[in-house]
Amino acid sequence: MSEVKILAIESSCDETAAAVVVDGRKVLSNVISSQIDIHKLYGGVVPEIASRKHVENINGVIEEALSQAEMTLSDMDAIAVTYGPGLVGALLVGVAEAKAIAFAAKKPLIGVHHIEGHVSANYIAHPELEPPFLCLIVSGGHTHLVVVKDYGEYEIIARTRDDAAGEAFDKVARAIGLGYPGGPKVDKLAKEGNPKAIAFPRAVVEDAPLDFSFSGLKSSVLNYLNGAQMKGEQINRADVAASFQQSVVDVLVGHTMQAAKELGITKVAMAGGVASNSALRAGMEAACEKEGFSLYYPTPILCTDNAAMIGSAAYYEYIKGVRDGWDLNAVPNLKIGQR
Amino acid sequence: MKVLAIDSSGLVASCALVEEDHLIAEYTVDFKKTHSQTLLPMIEEITRMTECELQALDAIAVAGGPGSFTGLRIGAATAKGLGLALEKPIISVPTVDAMAYGLFGASGLICPIMDARRSQVYTGLYRFVDGEFVVVKEQWAEDVEALVTLLNEFGEPVTFLGDGVPVYQKLIDSLAEIPVHYAPAHVSRQRAASVGALAILYGIKKAEPARDHRPIYLRKSQAEREREAGIHAKGSLDA
Repeated sequence: MSEVKILAIESSCDETAAAVVVDGRKVLSNVISSQIDIHKLYGGVVPEIASRKHVENINGVIEEALSQAEMTLSDMDAIAVTYGPGLVGALLVGVAEAKAIAFAAKKPLIGVHHIEGHVSANYIAHPELEPPFLCLIVSGGHTHLVVVKDYGEYEIIARTRDDAAGEAFDKVARAIGLGYPGGPKVDKLAKEGNPKAIAFPRAVVEDAPLDFSFSGLKSSVLNYLNGAQMKGEQINRADVAASFQQSVVDVLVGHTMQAAKELGITKVAMAGGVASNSALRAGMEAACEKEGFSLYYPTPILCTDNAAMIGSAAYYEYIKGVRDGWDLNAVPNLKIGQR
Repeated sequence: MKVLAIDSSGLVASCALVEEDHLIAEYTVDFKKTHSQTLLPMIEEITRMTECELQALDAIAVAGGPGSFTGLRIGAATAKGLGLALEKPIISVPTVDAMAYGLFGASGLICPIMDARRSQVYTGLYRFVDGEFVVVKEQWAEDVEALVTLLNEFGEPVTFLGDGVPVYQKLIDSLAEIPVHYAPAHVSRQRAASVGALAILYGIKKAEPARDHRPIYLRKSQAEREREAGIHAKGSLDA
């Protein structure tokens, strides 16, 4: 079979992105136009502004991706697009654009699940990685433990009951005055703090020991800050950041190791924005080494929202014969493994 | 000049193929399905039915706004995707202008009203003078009562159309001191044929590169309005 070239488009949140990917593993271009500087003014992503920016940026981003790949639309075998989950207004821009391009260029259309894209970023970063493996998906909107049984076949074995891990980072960052986005800022400040300074809780969900819960941890941090303020005590922000982060990392690593052992899986992967967190990487590496597991995670650029990962996931759908119609719609609460 | 025209600015989804004074095909649907589900299948249908070679188009015409923010973006992204793939420019037609243009030859003022929520309408004032389309007042967002007061000052008959009619007809009737008419079903809502015909009237000189096209929202996002209000309030305290 000759090479399969896919133009992929992603607009599910606040990054407008396009990429050209060959055979699901080789990235010829990966263009990301971030809107973060605009949304910073509001302390988080404003959906209406994100949607407007996508419309303004999208053609330029796609043209740049084709140009960097030194290809034209006619060289493509398919057009792929994220159709969920995400912000509906933002998703709709990418979906409408991708459908129109595929229709006019007479190419097949493949709708891709955003989180399956994040998982597939590992295929790009690790050419030798093949299913089955266990994947911890951690981002601003998602915290899942998923068994990747085969390409495009997923079984969710644990999820968060309340906040996503990345959401907890954002909220704690705001509370200690670090601003948005919280993840990288907490990570940086935590390096100067003592992770054992404050004993924040490690929540356990009673009936589902692999599930996650971060809202109690977040409240505990807020209570600590309020208590210190009322007593007029000086707060060591670096210690708060480090101790909070350690609590999140302990839970994420603990549950992942427990799941891998229970299921007898020796390959562990991570995906999503929080997979860039340095403490999580270090903690997961140490745990995997102790258990003799192999650990995989994408480079930071492939952990953020990007279109290369969408092109990778789309390739495995493409070779299975999956095609979408011109009535493809955005599905803001699309479930993993659902079509 | 041949254009594919799109209007998804309101509840209606509509697309048309127009070449000079010839309407080749038009497909208009006012049904509860989303534009995301209907618009491209409709475009596929009319181009297939009329054996239209997309490469033969000179431009993509799109109702550029105002309208539902999401609807405008689906239309804009569809037009931009077509423009990118076909390497064709976009002619952005003001939504309210295109609605008025559908009432060719009407006497008196033509006043489309689109429900803009918050007791406002997107509107504009137009008339035909010896068959020529004249924009009396460019499209803007206005309170309905203020609009009728303005029309009373003009003192001539007015024809209303648009999805604001069922919402505000009673109010208009109670305030109007001038003869008012309401357009019948075949010209009472957005139609892509009007967008296409007006785009052809504008000509290719009004076209923009597909990558530069963006909708005319006439309103900032709520977050921007609130933020600016906050800054102004702070500013006045400082001053």
